[in-house]
Amino acid sequence: MSDIPNIIMLTVILLSFFILGSSRLGACIQAVALQGAILALLPVFMHGMTTHSIILGLGAFLLKGLAIPWLLLRAIKQVKIKREIEPRIGYVPCLILGALATGCAFIFGDQLPLAGEHVHSLVIPASMATLAMGFLLLITRLKAITQVIGYLILENGIFLFGILLAEAMPLMVETGVLLDMLVAIFVMGIVMNHINREFSSINTEKLCLLRE
Amino acid sequence: MILYAIILVPIIGAFIAAIFPNERLRPWIVPFTAIPHLALVLYALANRPPAVAHGMLGLDALGALILFVVSVLFLANSIYTIGYLTCHESWGNRTFIVCLLSFLSAMSMATVARHLGLLWVAVEATTLVSAPLIYYNHSRFSIEATWKYLLLCSVGIALAMLGILFVGYAGLMGNGVADISMDSLLSTASTCSKPWLRAGFVFLLVGFGTKMGLAPLHTWKPDAYGEAPGMVGGLLAGGLTSVAFLAILRAVQIMGAAGEQMLCRQALMGLGVTSLLVAAIFVIQQRDIKRMLAYSSVEHMGILAIGVSVGGLATYGAMFHVLNNAFTKGALFLSAGNIHRFYGSKHRCEILGSMGSLPFSAGCFLIGYLAITGSPPFAPFLSEFSIFRGIFDGGHYLLGGAFIILLAIIFIGMGSTVLPVTLGPSYEEHKEASTQYFRETTLTIVSPILLLVVVLFLGIYLPAPLKNMFMQAAALVEVGR
Repeated sequence: MSDIPNIIMLTVILLSFFILGSSRLGACIQAVALQGAILALLPVFMHGMTTHSIILGLGAFLLKGLAIPWLLLRAIKQVKIKREIEPRIGYVPCLILGALATGCAFIFGDQLPLAGEHVHSLVIPASMATLAMGFLLLITRLKAITQVIGYLILENGIFLFGILLAEAMPLMVETGVLLDMLVAIFVMGIVMNHINREFSSINTEKLCLLRE
Repeated sequence: MILYAIILVPIIGAFIAAIFPNERLRPWIVPFTAIPHLALVLYALANRPPAVAHGMLGLDALGALILFVVSVLFLANSIYTIGYLTCHESWGNRTFIVCLLSFLSAMSMATVARHLGLLWVAVEATTLVSAPLIYYNHSRFSIEATWKYLLLCSVGIALAMLGILFVGYAGLMGNGVADISMDSLLSTASTCSKPWLRAGFVFLLVGFGTKMGLAPLHTWKPDAYGEAPGMVGGLLAGGLTSVAFLAILRAVQIMGAAGEQMLCRQALMGLGVTSLLVAAIFVIQQRDIKRMLAYSSVEHMGILAIGVSVGGLATYGAMFHVLNNAFTKGALFLSAGNIHRFYGSKHRCEILGSMGSLPFSAGCFLIGYLAITGSPPFAPFLSEFSIFRGIFDGGHYLLGGAFIILLAIIFIGMGSTVLPVTLGPSYEEHKEASTQYFRETTLTIVSPILLLVVVLFLGIYLPAPLKNMFMQAAALVEVGR
């Protein structure tokens, strides 16, 4: 087993940290695009050059690396914003929480009953750390766009776990999953645009009209 | 073949709607898609087509029940849709109708999916195509509701995906095969790795439970149902929740086959009782009739969860209740939609005494309220009574007591809103102001009336084929007990 998959997974975690600590939305989107693009390499490295893994990798690259970031960049251009203003929890505490979550993911990953070939693999801790950081973004950020980025990181974490089971998912289903994600981001982009038009901002704090 | 047709007919309808030039006639495409869809579903129910697409699509008793419910409910809603869309002709209805028909297709696909991955794809697709439906009114309120719905359900469904992967990993650990088609999982579940299977079930329950709206995962529900147009609310509360319930039942089936029923029972019972509690708290003094219906929906999801968790007769009751809840909720949302349209408000204090101006809609709303709260002779009484008997047969006396007290609280709580709204003294000035804007027409009242007639009829006489369908569906859920 070569080291390339491990380097990829470490990069994925580092990119999540970068997004957690960055206030510039453009950079966040580029980072999530890069994260998606390098994740797309993993199926080929882990399962060899089979048709399945090549198509899966190519599809993931096109969607996660190109199409979705393009939609998001277009969305922030339309609503003319560059920065996250004040997250609910500051950037440094956020990074510390992220680090804690990553540590826990690695410790927890060691305790899990795993199939022999996965025991020392980074896949499961890396996927859980990515998941946790996606959640952290979803919870702590106020801008609709950063919440979408959080959702994407969450999805990337799940995708990472899914690579272990690439054979279980027929290609048709994988394609459906990826397409669903693309449409989700597309619809979220439209809704964001409407939020901006209606409230002159995409701070989700303003979405508080409906309550008991 | 027929299974493909059930998924494709609504998609073809959506394509026709997308290229159809006439705004005024376009709504008619919806019932003319719904009728062949129902015909195909009935044909499929009678003939039970074999599985196709390498076993990924197939119709078992559970899927058949939900498919039938969704198809009938959609037909009823489609007639109402024509009357509804003529009110706002200037708004344009192309996107709305395309999404509505795609919604039917996605729900149908979820009911015939025999592969967890495909099921996930279909359920996620329902979220995406129903978001524009909730946003139909284009107000500040509806955009907020849409955003919450979209984000919460997408994240929830993402967790369900993780659950599916865990189940797959359980297979890989246990017997070296990571196959997540239902047939393979059901036959090999007992050899799967138990810790991963349990973790997978919890994630599936949380993920699809969000979609179904079990408390405490229901927070998007009052907002989305409150702001969506009447028939969309009905389709979400009757159709989509049933589909999400089906997804949870798939997980229960797998756990049952693996001999892990205890966890399912406890988890479902916990969520069910919480749902009843939350509904009982928020339904009292609810000022908004559609939000009230949303909390009633949370209540009924809780009843379904409790029914399945108790097992035995209660599972049969839960299967029956899926149908009753869908049809009654459909009628309630459609009549509430009429009242909302007429007064331009859904707040209790502004719509008092609607019986005078809208005799049919208010009448349906009142009767629907009696039916949904489990008054005899309507069918929900029978299904809730079966669940109740199941609870006592199983020896859960404490649960039974809590169940009946909470149902009584919800009955009184809803009554304190529904009775003044329908029968209370009315404001005369409303009459002149709003009659030009909206009138009851045959198209907008025939659907709720028909749905209620069905619910009343089933309460008096339950035809044998339907009863068999519920029994077979319950037997599938009960595997391994």
